[in-house]
Amino acid sequence: MVWKTLLQHCISQPAAPRRQDPAAVAALRQRLAAAGHEKLGRSLAIRHVAAGSCNGCELELRATQNLIYDLTQYGLSFTPSPRHADVLLITGVAGDNMIAAARQAREAMADPVLVLAMGDCAVDGGVFKGSPAIAGGAEAIMPVDLFVPGCPPAPAQIIEGLLALLEVNDILPARPVRGPR
Amino acid sequence: MKLLSAQDWQAYPGKFIALWTDAQFAYALYQPAELVATPLVEGAYPALRHKGAAWFQRLAYDSHGHNAIGAADTRPAIEHFRSADGTAPWPEFASPGGEGVHQVAVGPIHAAIIEPGHFRFSLRGEEVLKLEARLGYSHKGTLALMRGKSPRLAARFAARISGDATVAHSIAFAHAAEAALGMTPPPRAVYLRAIMAELERLANHGSDVGMIAGDAGFSFLDARFALHREALCEAARVAFGHRLMMDMVIPGGVAGDTSSGGATAILAALLALESELPSLTRVFEDYASLQDRVVGTGIVSPALAAAYAAGGFTGRAAGQNHDARVSPGYAPYEHFGLEVPVEQDGDVVARIRIRLAEMTESIRLIRDMLANLPDTVIAIAPPSGSGSGLGVAESFRGPVWHWLRIEAGTISDVFVADASTLQWPLVEFAAATGILADFPLINKSINASYSGVDL
Ligand code: SF4
Repeated sequence: MVWKTLLQHCISQPAAPRRQDPAAVAALRQRLAAAGHEKLGRSLAIRHVAAGSCNGCELELRATQNLIYDLTQYGLSFTPSPRHADVLLITGVAGDNMIAAARQAREAMADPVLVLAMGDCAVDGGVFKGSPAIAGGAEAIMPVDLFVPGCPPAPAQIIEGLLALLEVNDILPARPVRGPR
Repeated sequence: MKLLSAQDWQAYPGKFIALWTDAQFAYALYQPAELVATPLVEGAYPALRHKGAAWFQRLAYDSHGHNAIGAADTRPAIEHFRSADGTAPWPEFASPGGEGVHQVAVGPIHAAIIEPGHFRFSLRGEEVLKLEARLGYSHKGTLALMRGKSPRLAARFAARISGDATVAHSIAFAHAAEAALGMTPPPRAVYLRAIMAELERLANHGSDVGMIAGDAGFSFLDARFALHREALCEAARVAFGHRLMMDMVIPGGVAGDTSSGGATAILAALLALESELPSLTRVFEDYASLQDRVVGTGIVSPALAAAYAAGGFTGRAAGQNHDARVSPGYAPYEHFGLEVPVEQDGDVVARIRIRLAEMTESIRLIRDMLANLPDTVIAIAPPSGSGSGLGVAESFRGPVWHWLRIEAGTISDVFVADASTLQWPLVEFAAATGILADFPLINKSINASYSGVDL
């Protein structure tokens, strides 16, 4: 019986403290309340596209979802479909072989769209800058709203970037106010 | 290196690892570390019949235009043949005949946070009859960028061949450079490298096992293992200054020593993982509906694994006992009596069991190495010599091989064989033993790198 094993497991383990700095979380939440809420209600959906990364950025992007960073507490979540997404998050150098697919993903999204380039590769090609096989950064293939440098950026920096994106951009419409029926 | 005639080249016996070409020769690498070569004649060489050679021959054509004479499979591996306007024609994906057979196209962009690649499934109902992977979407021209640079500068590219195996690739690259230049890294550096490599193995094995459970809809294991991965990454940051330990291993040694609190941080993360691992394993083994998804799924038969001389946990889950840390072997593992677990079934659950067993072994290794850390310098400067060298390291997914030619301190040619190069064909075979809905589990359970082959 798995439930017995699970229960056994839970009582055998001391509750681990969450180690993400609580002050930092509180500050981020406050910024979110100021910026994000009135624009987007309580959620922002992200579509990630790897456009020629080394897969290091994906590891850290996934880490934003773990129990420590818990991206969803800020109302941020990943969506498989670009059609459901508000943010296009690009990792990688924008390799020539991914240009068409990345642009298609952008076109499939309903405007307004925020584009975030994550990692040195997506900022300007990173160490691969100058390679003839790449466009060299997300901005070479589409307009970018925010760059989050780092190789790879740490999960906390990625979350910072996503929240900053909400703050500095006014292109998203205010949350619709529903009147009485 | 042995120089062979065309006939001897084709008849050469042994377990094939990799094949590549440079301006003059075609090279083939056999276990444990036998390098043979044959001269190119008008840019061509005789094709090898080893199962694993096909992918490498396709890669050699894509990167240098060198033909493998007599090769049965001449499809491009990573080249997309884009025209001037950037568009690329879709290749022909042959479907097995039969009534009701249809194709499903997935990618290059996938649903999860992973790298890009295109999968073309031929299905009858839910049953997968054939999978053909089209890769190359992560192509960055890495090998070309490494040429013309000093080994220390080129190490930054080696560290980015596959980010999840950055330590292993950096070690293999350093081994190759050190072999080419005839230098021996100081003992402390060798130990620190191995500690980093085992940390990397632990982080990846754990989070992959969790993610397979997550793909089967059991997020509890996913959450717990992701938490341990996080603790290991943070310990790596405290100890080495980088969560993935990128750019820490350099030719001649390591870039920095452990910080004063480094060992304590690592040991704390190990202890937390070790105390929860038996219980997590029990949860995994006990959960009937999870077992139902992973037992008998995605089979790589022992015969197939033997034909491809598969390495890594994919090979070890199917009767192969190859581990590069033991054979050909490299320092400092000879001092620590590594146990290599082997299973026979070759399915998803066998691969998971191997990985769980390897985690226990990595925890022990890190502790032993930390306790016996030699007190020497951590790096010596590479001399500006010439030569060629081969280097290997066992990444979490299998052996990674680097080959270098250095002329007057500058890399004139380089080849990198990630374990994935042999494993992608196995993913294609394993997918065709199940239904489409099982593919995410199968794919994750082998976890071949895209960037590692797209180069
Ligand atoms: S920025 Fe660094 S970690 Fe991210 S994809 Fe590029 S090389 Fe990899």
